[in-house]
Order: sequence, then C-alpha cells, then structure tokens
Amino acid sequence: MKFCSSGTEAGERREVWSAGEVGYSIRRKMRTQTLLPDGRLTALRHSMTIGLGCAAAVLALLPGLLIVAGHEPAPALAALWRGSFGSGYALLSATLVRATPLILAGLAVALAFRAGVWNIGAEGQLLAGAAAGTAAALVCGDRLGPLTPVVVVAAGAVGGALLAGGAGILRARFGVLEIISTIMLNFAALHFVGFLVRGPLQEPSGLYPQSATIMSVARLPALAPPNRLHLGLVIALFAAVALWLVLRYTEVGFRLRAVGANPVAARTAGSINVVATTLGALVASGALAGIAGASEVSGVTFALYETLSPGYGYTAIAVALLARLHPIGIVFSGIFLGALQAGGAAMQRDAGVPSVLVSIVEALLILAMAVAAARSLRPSSTIPEPLDDERRPAAEPVG
Amino acid sequence: MSDAVGLFLEASVRTATPLAIAAIGEVIVERAGVINIGLEGAIIAGAFGALVGAGTGSVTLGFVTAGVAGVSIGALAGVLMAWLRTDQIVTGTAITLLGLGATGLFYRTMFGATGAGLTAPIMSPVRIPGLAEIPWAGPALFEQPLVTYGAYVLFGVAWWVLARTHTGLAIRATGESPPAAIAAGVSPSWVQGMALLFGGLCGGVAGGSLVLAQSGTFIEGMSAGRGFIAIAIVVLGRWHPAGVALAALLFGGALALQYLVQATGWEIPYQLVLAAPYILTLLVLAGVAGRSAPPAALGQSRLGEL
Repeated sequence: MKFCSSGTEAGERREVWSAGEVGYSIRRKMRTQTLLPDGRLTALRHSMTIGLGCAAAVLALLPGLLIVAGHEPAPALAALWRGSFGSGYALLSATLVRATPLILAGLAVALAFRAGVWNIGAEGQLLAGAAAGTAAALVCGDRLGPLTPVVVVAAGAVGGALLAGGAGILRARFGVLEIISTIMLNFAALHFVGFLVRGPLQEPSGLYPQSATIMSVARLPALAPPNRLHLGLVIALFAAVALWLVLRYTEVGFRLRAVGANPVAARTAGSINVVATTLGALVASGALAGIAGASEVSGVTFALYETLSPGYGYTAIAVALLARLHPIGIVFSGIFLGALQAGGAAMQRDAGVPSVLVSIVEALLILAMAVAAARSLRPSSTIPEPLDDERRPAAEPVG
Repeated sequence: MSDAVGLFLEASVRTATPLAIAAIGEVIVERAGVINIGLEGAIIAGAFGALVGAGTGSVTLGFVTAGVAGVSIGALAGVLMAWLRTDQIVTGTAITLLGLGATGLFYRTMFGATGAGLTAPIMSPVRIPGLAEIPWAGPALFEQPLVTYGAYVLFGVAWWVLARTHTGLAIRATGESPPAAIAAGVSPSWVQGMALLFGGLCGGVAGGSLVLAQSGTFIEGMSAGRGFIAIAIVVLGRWHPAGVALAALLFGGALALQYLVQATGWEIPYQLVLAAPYILTLLVLAGVAGRSAPPAALGQSRLGEL
C-alpha cells in the first residue's frame, strides 16, 4: 500500500473482497486445491494418474541423464532393475527395506503439509528418533523381553516429536518460520548424533564413532528370513491406513485439512484453534519421522551411526509430493523411490554410476509434481476478481 | 589470547563473506515476494563452477564460472516460480536437492570418485593502507580478499537500489502487493524473475568465494546449509541491507567459533561446536522474528492471494 498513490482506496477495496472471498476461497480450494485432495477414491485415482505421469516422464529422462554424465545407459539401467525388482532378494532385502523409512517419513511430511505446516525437518526428526530408540534399547537391555521393540519404537516417536515440537513452539510462541527452524534442526540433530556416537552413546571400546549394538531382544523381527525385510514395513502400512482414516473420517482430520486449506477461514468460520492444530500436526509429524528412525535402528542397523540415514528425510518430501500427500498413495511412491535408491546403489556398484544420480531424479520428480500442481490451479484467476468490471486491473501488465 | 581474538575476528569476517553475498541476493528476492529455499542449490553450484573455472589457474575466471552456474540455477528458479507460479517452498527444496545432486554427479564424473588433491587457487588478502591500522577492527575488516570488499560495495548498492530507485520501488511493490504493482504497470512475474536471476548470481558468487577465498577446494555438499543460514540472516536483518550485514557478521562469528576453540584449546566436544551456528540461528530468530514484518506477499505463488 505504501507504493500506490491511491493507497487507502485500494486498501478499503481489498477489505471488501476479503470478507466475501473467505467462504468462496475455501470452497474453491477444497474443490480445486490439488495438493490437498479430499481423500475420496476419485482424488486418489486423479493423484495417481498425475503421479504416475510425472514418474514416467522423469524415468524417460534417465537414459539422457546417464549419457550426459558420460555413462553407458544400457548396463546402468540393467543394474538399476536388478538392484530394485530384479530378484526376490533385491525386493525383500533392498527395495522394501528402503521403502519402510521412506513411507513413514513420507507420511510425516504429508501430515504436516496437509495442515499447511512446512516441515522440512523429517531428516532431523528421523535422526532424533533413531538416537532416542537406541538409547531406550541400550537402557532396557533384556529386562522387558518381547516388549522391548515396542518401547524402542515409542521412544523414537517421542524423540522425533520433541524435536518437531521445539520447532512448533518456536513458531507458535516466537513466530519463527518452521521452514527455517526445521532445516536448522536437521543440521543440529546430525551434529548432535555425531556427538552422541563419540560421547555418551559410544560403543564400549571407544574406537569407532557408533553406539553399542542393541540386544537381539530389542530388534524388530524379520518378515521373510533370511531377507532383511522387517516388521517396520507392517508398522508403515498400518500408519498409512490409520492416517488416511484419520484425515478422511475424523473431526481432527477435518480440522487439520481446513487449517491447511485456509487458516483464516478455519479460524473465523470454523472456530478452529489454528495454533493448536498446527502445533499438533507438527508434533504428530515428528513422531512419525521418529518412528522411521527407531525402526531403522531396531530393524536394519542395530546400532546408531552418524550415517544412518542417506537423506531419507529429504527423499520423503519427494515421496509425499509424488503421492500428492495422499497416505495410501505414499505407500506406492515410497516403494517406487525405495526401488530407485536400491537400484541406484546397484548401479554404482555394478556400472560405476554415482548414486547421487538418484537425488537428481528425485529433484526432477518434485519439480514435475510442482509444475503439475501449478498447472491444475491455473483455471482460477491469478488476479482476484474485483466487485465490478470497471475496476478490473489491466489483464496484461506492461513490463 | 589477544592473538586468538584477532584471528577470530578476522576469521569471522572471512566466513561471513559468502553468507553476506548470498543473503543480499536473498534480500532482493524476498523483497520481491519470493522465498527462495533453492539458494543452497545456487551456492553449491557456484562452488563447483568456481572449481571448474579456477582449474585454469585464474581466480577471476573461477568467479565468472561460479556466477554463470549460480545464474543458471536462478534462471531455473525464475522459470518455475515466477513464470509457471509453482509453489515456492516445494520448488526451492527440489532445486537445492538438484544442485547438491548435480554437482555431486559432475564432480565424480569429471574428477573421479575421490577427487584427491584437487585444489583451486586462493585469493590472497589485500591490505588497505590506513584503514587496516585501526586496532582490532582494522585488520579484521580491511585485510581481506577482494571479494569481501566486493560484498561491502554490494551492500551499499543494494540499499541504494531498494530505497532510492524506481527499480527498487517496483521490487518492493511486488513484494508487498502484486495487484498494486500490476495496477502501476509493473509485471510482478518479470520483477520476480529478474530478482531470482540476481539472487542466483549472488548465490553462485557466494559459493565461488567459499572455494576461492576460504577452502581452496571443493567437497560434495560443502555449502553445508549456508543457503538456509542466509535465509535466516535475511529474517534476522529484517529484510534491510544494513541489518543483514550485521546479522551476517554475527553468523560468520558463530561459524568461526570452531577456529577459536581450536586456537585456545577449550575442552568442548567438536560436534557441539559445529552445531552452534544452527542453534544460534534459532535462538536469535526466536528473539527477533516476532517483531519484524516480512513483505506482505512473501511466499505466495498465486499473485492475487489474500
């Protein structure tokens, strides 16, 4: 308003629109806001069509990417397939093992994004969960018997929730953008785990930067021995269905979606406590990411390492967006990106292609989904409709 | 002890330089209403570009290629966020991921898996006679590589452009109210696109100075969150060039803390020292964020959003 000479007049006019537009805006958003599908089957099918389209388009670019990077496409792609779906071993010991944390962290990201909270901190929350889970397992020893994994996973959830809750309080109490705080906490958590495995949690001999190995009683049981697949996948699937039901059928889920769609309307028209809802969403999101970390320790690595996560928390953003934030869709996108990571590792091993290629593919996937989302919002005008046509601003601005 | 403090001050300004350059670009971008989380991607691209360009032995060419790399990331951001109006947070996150991935891929393809022994030439400090004689602050501020002086000039220019020119007015109008900008004959998309190009250029040069004025080599992921810290610096500096300069200095000090700890032999676990800048960011933001107002239209991908 500082800019426009007829500032006050324009300001008043915008007030008039805003009163009328709130209801209109929330209806329009519920209908067309494609990042926030309303959970019906049609929305899932629509999401999957766009997600599959983007995944196919980006995969089609893969041979080109390989050539640009100076590699033979054919052997690399063969290795990609062998390492992901090519054998029962690849599927059960690599793809689905990597899909487990991706699904859980993907659900964490989706839950936050659906509530309009930009939790970019799944990576840090996952590490916090892993650290808390390891500590719980080492403290419990074998005193709790078969209950130990439950305690470990619960401790992981608490660890992740605490870290995310910190970011939530910074936002609710001090107005710090959660985008910044969650990213900062990722780095802080990584260095803190580095400190733990060289300090309080270091293995007894004190030679390696890692924790002591957790006892076998604290480990999640394998689903298909001798393969590495573990009970964590079942937890992930259960969490996906639970989150879908909560978002779709409960009052809490409705509140969450309403706040995500339009916080102003949710507060004024729906008398929803926006601050409490976003804080709750962030804490729950952190708990899910924390479970992902604890399940990695309890099901895969059996000890805490600095390098525990190859960026699962960042890939989780791609997982969530590729499924257009739909919990059931996330199961599929998690398996897809898990396969890509498993295949990428095989590609590095067998064909000498750096596995960072996978993160380029992930980035392109996210960008493709962002463009698709922006395109499908296109029909709604980019300029708010004024009350009468005389006052309509020039449609084509002059540079 | 006084030697350690002198070195610490000098190291603070040196480590603050890339942060300050990246942050001043982000000030322009955010004043135009775009939050560019992809800044981290531009920094790492610039660092890699600097390594490639400086391979010939010329620091100047290194900065040119760093700038080109940054501008290309900025162009990508501009096409997506300003023209196609994609979601800014999502796009920025992906651009960062792309920058980290692509530089890693090219690095390993061009220089092998380890890249052992790769070094770039380092700019030597230039002493400004007279000013450098001031006790404490003199050597810290005026015995630095040329790029640091470039950053000083950039701050002045950025302030002048934002506060005193029509271009600055168009940028601020776009960030506060795109409909008002449109009514005044300014195209928000065009302004934001240009701002993102400039932001990318600054990010690239910042990455270049990381290699050519600090470390002398490239390591995968060496940007280590500096793009995000730069965004925090912008918030802390309240979107004003002068405030941002002070904030950048503060964070330079936090990053330089590790040198001070090494020099004085304090018994603090090294990992906790490394975590300090990130924690400090949060604490300082908690103290300041609530009391400063971002540009009204910041972060909105749809130009007419309320």
